Amino acid sequence: MPLVLERRSERSATIAIASPLIAVALTLVTMAVLFAILGKNPVEALDVYFLEPLTDPYSLGEIAVKATPLVMIAVGLSLCYIANIWNIGAEGQFIVGAVAGSWLAVRTNGTDVGHWVLPAMLLLGALGGALYALIPAICKVRFGASEILTSLMLVYVANFGMDYLVRGPWRDPHGMNFPTTAEFDPVATVPTLIEGGRLHAGAIIALLVVMAATVLLGRTIMGFEIRLVGAAPKAARFSGFNADKLTLFTFAVSGALAGLAGIIEVAGPVGHLQPDISPGYGFTAIIVAFLGRLNPVGILIAGLFLALTFIGGENAEIAIKVPLDLTKVFQGILLFYVLACDSMIIYRIRFIRTLRKPAHANV
Amino acid sequence: MKKWNIIAMAAVLAIATATFGASYAAEKLKIGFIYTGPIGDLGWSYQHDVGRKAMEKALAGKVETTYLENVPEGPDAERSIEQLARTGHKLIFTTSFGFMDPTLKVANKYPNVFFEHATGFKRAKNVATYAARFYEGRYIQGQIAAKISKTGVFGYIVSFPIPEVISNINATMLGAQSVNPNMKVKIIWVNSWFDPGKEADAAKALIDQGVDVLTQHTDSPAAMQIAEQRGIHAFGQSSNMIKFGPHAQLTADTDYWGDYYTKRAQAVLDGKWTSEDTWGGLDSGMVVMAPYTNMPDDVKKMAMDTQAAITSGALHPFKCPITDQDGKTVECKGGDHLDPGQILSMNFYVKGIDDKIPGK
Amino acid sequence: MFEAIMLSVIAASTPLLLAAAGELVAERSGVLNLGLEGMMIMGAACAFAGAYLAGSVVVGALCGVLAGTAMAAIFAIFTLGLAVNQVASGLALTILGTGLSGLIGAGFVGQRITPAPQLHLPVLTDLPLVGRILFGQDAFVYLSVALVIGIWLFLYRSRAGLVLRAVGDNHTSAHALGYPVLKIRALAVLFGGGCAGLAGAFLPLAYTPFFIPGMTAGRGWIALALVVFASWRPGRLVAGAYLFGAVSILQLHAQALGLGIPSQLMSSLPYLATVIVLVLISRTRGIAGSAAPASLGVVFVPDR
Repeated sequence: MPLVLERRSERSATIAIASPLIAVALTLVTMAVLFAILGKNPVEALDVYFLEPLTDPYSLGEIAVKATPLVMIAVGLSLCYIANIWNIGAEGQFIVGAVAGSWLAVRTNGTDVGHWVLPAMLLLGALGGALYALIPAICKVRFGASEILTSLMLVYVANFGMDYLVRGPWRDPHGMNFPTTAEFDPVATVPTLIEGGRLHAGAIIALLVVMAATVLLGRTIMGFEIRLVGAAPKAARFSGFNADKLTLFTFAVSGALAGLAGIIEVAGPVGHLQPDISPGYGFTAIIVAFLGRLNPVGILIAGLFLALTFIGGENAEIAIKVPLDLTKVFQGILLFYVLACDSMIIYRIRFIRTLRKPAHANV
Repeated sequence: MKKWNIIAMAAVLAIATATFGASYAAEKLKIGFIYTGPIGDLGWSYQHDVGRKAMEKALAGKVETTYLENVPEGPDAERSIEQLARTGHKLIFTTSFGFMDPTLKVANKYPNVFFEHATGFKRAKNVATYAARFYEGRYIQGQIAAKISKTGVFGYIVSFPIPEVISNINATMLGAQSVNPNMKVKIIWVNSWFDPGKEADAAKALIDQGVDVLTQHTDSPAAMQIAEQRGIHAFGQSSNMIKFGPHAQLTADTDYWGDYYTKRAQAVLDGKWTSEDTWGGLDSGMVVMAPYTNMPDDVKKMAMDTQAAITSGALHPFKCPITDQDGKTVECKGGDHLDPGQILSMNFYVKGIDDKIPGK
Repeated sequence: MFEAIMLSVIAASTPLLLAAAGELVAERSGVLNLGLEGMMIMGAACAFAGAYLAGSVVVGALCGVLAGTAMAAIFAIFTLGLAVNQVASGLALTILGTGLSGLIGAGFVGQRITPAPQLHLPVLTDLPLVGRILFGQDAFVYLSVALVIGIWLFLYRSRAGLVLRAVGDNHTSAHALGYPVLKIRALAVLFGGGCAGLAGAFLPLAYTPFFIPGMTAGRGWIALALVVFASWRPGRLVAGAYLFGAVSILQLHAQALGLGIPSQLMSSLPYLATVIVLVLISRTRGIAGSAAPASLGVVFVPDR
């Protein structure tokens, strides 16, 4: 083959900075072409998707509301992914966290409890998510089972479990038998930040999480361990770092963050527990983590950008009648381009003029 | 540099034209529809879209419609509804129970926009509710099933144990029992409104267990298609599924929303819209029975007679006395039949159904 | 009734078997392709479109295979050509495939086609009990069995299969011996894509003869679990696929019989079973070495 991939002698700094921009630019071009194929005006479509949502406070608030769970979950996932530990079950941990926190809300519903309820719910949510995430972690550490598959299978289990609870034991007795819990009391609801809007305190928590993760990764021993295990596993082992402890830690933290995102989402924008609380946040967060290059601040930006595409996609459905599936196509393409451009930081493509056949190539 | 200027100007021009064009078209009444499933489900959402198109045709030139499909019944629903309200839609139909709270929240913020929520029970000054009395069609289906079935057992494929589904199961059973008091039913919950693979599997399982008439409260034609394949009979749901079961379909209780939608849109145009609760059935044409096919003439006559009786009000599917499966007589709040409130919150099986309601 | 239940189980298990078989080959060569769901749903959409437009199930099946292969090609370019992380690429492929299939299939929702015909041999098909099970299936079922046998022969009885397994177990050594690692992996990935496309095609062409967006309903993820469940061995794959199919069918029968088990518990059984099996088989891999191909998921860039 005349084209080969070759490892660079050192990481290319220019590409490291330019990569996300190149990826976004490539995606926009591809999308413009797709719009044209669908018979829509590319300029108008791109404007509706990316620029319009930025033009008024309502949309900006919605972007923040949508980005909050994404950023929180993605930061947790990034800790795992940096260390090459693949937690794919964030969606399940999100649900279990929501369920754990909701338990308290349902128990105290209608009674005259104090303001301690909400912080307690958040704590329970984080705890629930962490414990659920430890299941695949322990399966890996103790039994060597692939954490990708165990964490993924547990997503389905969590979904069915929550479905059972809201249709059975936790169903609102005054809700005409419809499968939701009673509306959470005001003390059990996440407060909004702006009157009339949906922007809520969860956004602030998400920002705090980003800051905490930056500190963790940059300035603590644990953070150093995570980064080292990902970059040079053998060296990490030589230094005496315990890979098992790391697996348990990163899974627990990412599970806690996913669970926290879950209870905040339920106690905030939704207001009660019902069968459909997540449009796939746990999986979209995986994209956000990679888009943000596994860096907390990068994830914040990536989360906001992806939330923008969701909002833009919904606007496009109304304004120019573009199907919502296009947003998924866009997100998939974007992820591919980002991954490819990131690969160019470590590798380069070279043309080989004369191809010398290896000595014994007999297949 | 020059090239970028030109591109920028072109962009601005495009945006300006679009906005100008959009505002110029604001003379027509903009009506929005939110569907929980795809319009291609050939069931619930499909029928709402049929209604939308019928209304568009009836009020051609005066209205402009937008629809959003596949909107999940979660937090995203509120944003979708609000988006419609913000973009100049003055009448918005939210077509699934799960949109109830989001609809009310948005309605609160936009007092000048009118909302219509299907199958819900909360109203406001600018929120009306509407639903169809499907149970009327179910009663007829039950009677037909009892006449057609040779095994004495009919099958029911259902989604979730909400009152509407339970009342429909009961109505079917009561209809069947009026012909054959020993009729039995086998019920499978697929936990989804729309999952063709699972509905097909459920149909096969029911048939394997001796059922020879199928009915469903799910949205795809999968079960009908399996019935056709296996040579038994079935009832279509929400829409006429004869295309999938030319020899299998007996009838279908289809929803017809077109007249209601046209009426409500006209009310907005006339400035006379008010918040009401509409529960239409066979009498108002909201429930329409698909033509009776694949049955002997005497069964067809019986069905049509029952249909006439229900339409005129002479027969009520839930006429008292009604005994629940534990043997207790249910209190009769509507005179000689159950009242709407009882039907809307039905949480028991009638006598003759052996299963337990899941989650009780 | 046994016959009827078996027929339902076989139908439910066939798409799982087809998809998992292809993925098994890809993973044996060392590539973890998490994009099964995306390839399958693309196969379903394109298969239905092809069958509807051409009026032929065969054309539809071919379209499905091509679609799956094309998606796999995208994956191969990025993970093998550009050395991109396989897990992330697989997820991107799933999202891309799901969205793209929705766009392609949108125009075909609500149409119906004549489903794939089932075999009918004069005496054999009418045999009691086993007649229809063995001699009355549609082409997909027979293909799935033939595929697994073919893969077994390939992996364990052919030189090419040996080379593929070598590449999967130790790509550095294989490269040193002069084998074109990337080319072999690319072929394996493309094959996996074709199988996934065929699996997806089965759904609208035989199982339920119409197209609905998202009709694969997570089967791709189950197929991934199946490969691990089967310890990457074709024989066990068949057992696993039929086990999963059986669990999903039996839970419906239990409901119809009136057994009061919550349906959600039954629905979650296949997934719980996978986790348990994963744990059990991973425990026993100690002596003989890892059950998985050692280079599975590891990026390979040939040194020059």
